[in-house]
Amino acid sequence: MNASGDRRDPEVRLEDFGDFETAWCPGCGNFGILAAVKRALVELQIAPHQLLFVSGIGQAAKSPHYLRANLFNGLHGRALPVATGAKLANPELVVLVQSGDGCSYGEGGNHFLAAIRRNIDLTLLAHDNRVYGLTKGQASPTSPRQMQTKAQPGGPTSEAFDPLAVAVTMHASFVARGFAGRQAHLAGLIAAAVRHRGFALVDILQPCVSYNRIHTHRWYEERCYELDGSHDPTDRDAARARIESNQERIPLGILYRNERPVLRERFPALQSGPLVGRSVDRAALAEIVAGF
Amino acid sequence: MSNPTTRNLVIGGAAGQGLGSAGHLLARHLVRLGHQVLVTQSYQSRIRGGHNSIALRVSQRTLSAPQERIDLLLALDQETIALHAGDLAPEGRILAAGSPSLPDELRSRTLRVPISDLGGKPLTNFILLGVAASCLGLEASALASAAQAALQKRPELAQKAAGAVRAAQAWANEQAGVRDGMGSVRLPAGTEQGQTRRVLMSGNQAIALGAISAGIRFCAFYPMTPATSVNQTLVSLSERCGLVVEQAEDEIAAINMAIGASFAGAPALVATSGGGFALMTEGVSLAAMTETPLVVVVAQRPGPATGLPTRTEQADLEFVLHAGHGEFPRAVFAPGSVEACFHLTRRACLLAEQSQGPVFVLTDQFLADAHRAIEPFATEALPELRPGSGVPEGAHPAGSFTAAPPSAPPAETAPGDYRRHAFSGTGVSPRRLPGGGPELVVTDSDEHTEAGHLTEDLTVRRQMVAKRLRKERGLRERIVPPERYGDARPELLLVGWGSTRGAILEATDRLRAAGRPTGALLFAQVWPLEPESFADALSAAAAVIAIEGNATGQLARLIRRETGCEIVRRLQRFDGLPITRDYILRALGAEQARSGATKEKP
Repeated sequence: MNASGDRRDPEVRLEDFGDFETAWCPGCGNFGILAAVKRALVELQIAPHQLLFVSGIGQAAKSPHYLRANLFNGLHGRALPVATGAKLANPELVVLVQSGDGCSYGEGGNHFLAAIRRNIDLTLLAHDNRVYGLTKGQASPTSPRQMQTKAQPGGPTSEAFDPLAVAVTMHASFVARGFAGRQAHLAGLIAAAVRHRGFALVDILQPCVSYNRIHTHRWYEERCYELDGSHDPTDRDAARARIESNQERIPLGILYRNERPVLRERFPALQSGPLVGRSVDRAALAEIVAGF
Repeated sequence: MSNPTTRNLVIGGAAGQGLGSAGHLLARHLVRLGHQVLVTQSYQSRIRGGHNSIALRVSQRTLSAPQERIDLLLALDQETIALHAGDLAPEGRILAAGSPSLPDELRSRTLRVPISDLGGKPLTNFILLGVAASCLGLEASALASAAQAALQKRPELAQKAAGAVRAAQAWANEQAGVRDGMGSVRLPAGTEQGQTRRVLMSGNQAIALGAISAGIRFCAFYPMTPATSVNQTLVSLSERCGLVVEQAEDEIAAINMAIGASFAGAPALVATSGGGFALMTEGVSLAAMTETPLVVVVAQRPGPATGLPTRTEQADLEFVLHAGHGEFPRAVFAPGSVEACFHLTRRACLLAEQSQGPVFVLTDQFLADAHRAIEPFATEALPELRPGSGVPEGAHPAGSFTAAPPSAPPAETAPGDYRRHAFSGTGVSPRRLPGGGPELVVTDSDEHTEAGHLTEDLTVRRQMVAKRLRKERGLRERIVPPERYGDARPELLLVGWGSTRGAILEATDRLRAAGRPTGALLFAQVWPLEPESFADALSAAAAVIAIEGNATGQLARLIRRETGCEIVRRLQRFDGLPITRDYILRALGAEQARSGATKEKP
């Protein structure tokens, strides 16, 4: 988040983000997430042109096509590096990355770790349906061992990846979990993530009505609970305890957060504003050349 | 016969003996004195792990390439003598640290330097430098002062180094062998320089400076020899020049970061070598599909796979030409000198912005690392990039992407109507930057509509393919035609590309001086090729030979593909060493000897 959120004139309304036909299956969790994203942006009063969405490939990565904003829909797994470059080029842009569990934690796993370490100031909305939808039902990095798929008839050969445990262990500066079925709560989390200064992960649980018969809407509703004031998100041990406790009780909310320097502070060149629109300092350049 | 005013010094020793720093200190000093200097690794073919060597070629005239024969050999260890003495010129001399055992024939040509009397083993490099200064006829105290200045960040070492240089020079001046026996080594006075004194620069440094001068603001990289010094130079200048340079987690991230930065309005560059570029290829395709300007520097080294990391080769021409899935236009520059590294990188930056896509600079380890004395670039009047507001007039002499397209790009009636990929006659769409105004900038790696949204409309698909390919016309209008040198209707035409330019120029000079009409055709841009710009040169020559640093003749094959003209004779080197003048002359000599009785075919 940054200064651009302060421009409150004219008022940003839900209609500004448009209403588009989608390519998703009826009942897809992506609908709830899309609605929550729009609500959060209205709450934050960020206009479409101040936003940059970056997405990868997958059903989730199509989401930003269904609202009005700047968008770079790149390659599978590579949304975070594109977003990192764009944010460094112009820190005034509010940057959100939107992609699925396969894109964010599988193909893009290395970039996920690197983004946490960099503390690049952007929000990652990871649509986590624990299955590959676009390619029709293979296991994803977050699929549990007991989940049988067409490609993994005996269940996945690897243990499931736990993005939240990894993020908290690595001192990620904002770690939250939402559920596509609780739109208002999710919108609040997204708004908090965008407001947060630094890398913000919102892992969003969502049912896949076509390929995931285990983690249905009902399955989540029976297990999810919202964190209340008894959880201190600055307490890392408490966050770990919540994440690693009983799988039958899934906490939603801000699990962990900290304040630490963001990536752009490490570049002297960015102290004087965005890189965009600058001119070459010819006198300095002539001096540099002469000094070789 | 070597030119009497040209001297070739080689410093050899074990890794860690500081011969690189000593060599560069002497080279810089000689440039200040007005000499032309070319610093390379020394390229004798007997190379061993752990042994390092650096060659300084010094002259009064402009130097294009290294030479193999050695006039003065500074041997920091015994092995240097074993490895390099065979390349010693008939009048060549050796300065040896300590008292190595010597074969009889070398004894009279070797000066043994008593290291322990002149400062001790840790200072061997500086002691030999002082003796060399004396042999070259350099003024006593100047090199010592230069050493002190160069090491100012380590005052204690600076003091010792300067002392060692001074003591060694004083000792050498007393030696009869130096007073009387160094006539073949002594340098004439340096030439007068104008107001702008020459500077010593490597190809990679020139690439970095060219990029900065054109307005590059962002670089992401993963270290890889021999491209690293491009990135390192950008890092070292980042604060002063207002750049962001980030080391990425891998090359995939590096190119995607650069594309993101460029999309958001910061002109971006990546520099890597073959293996790293292999990881970047999907990103190349992405830059083309999203029409994002991007400069990719590929510094070649021998492959496949890890290959020979610190050696040179020209075997990635076809790789760079075809890298990235799908069909899209591109341009590939192949600079042949330090100056060309600067100017062609600038050109690549401007062309990437104009064509809104990937443009390549293809260099190699030899050119990347070679340092040469050059006239400093005049930077005052050079055009620079302004993403989103077009490229300044005069940036290129011929042609224009923006001039009178057959169908004018559609004007936006309202901010929401901005179409990032609007159809146009040139294939280039008006560019806006995200956050730069009320327009929304949307692009997609999927096939997309003019507005940038993904589509499966197959009519749009056909139109978009055609749109992207239309850019090739603009690229062709801006081709750098191959350089022609020597005789226009030669008996022999030497054809080359990229870093072999210097060696080919010098070989051409030698052959012409020997009375053989010779010409050279040198490609500084290897794609697109316009046959009209060089086909006549090929047909005017009685014989043509393609000289390339690879095993399969990649440029020759490309020329055949584009012109139908087959260059049968090939001179190919792929042992990891650069093609030198002497290598060419030897190969031609051997060829001539072989074909002595048989009739020569063109």
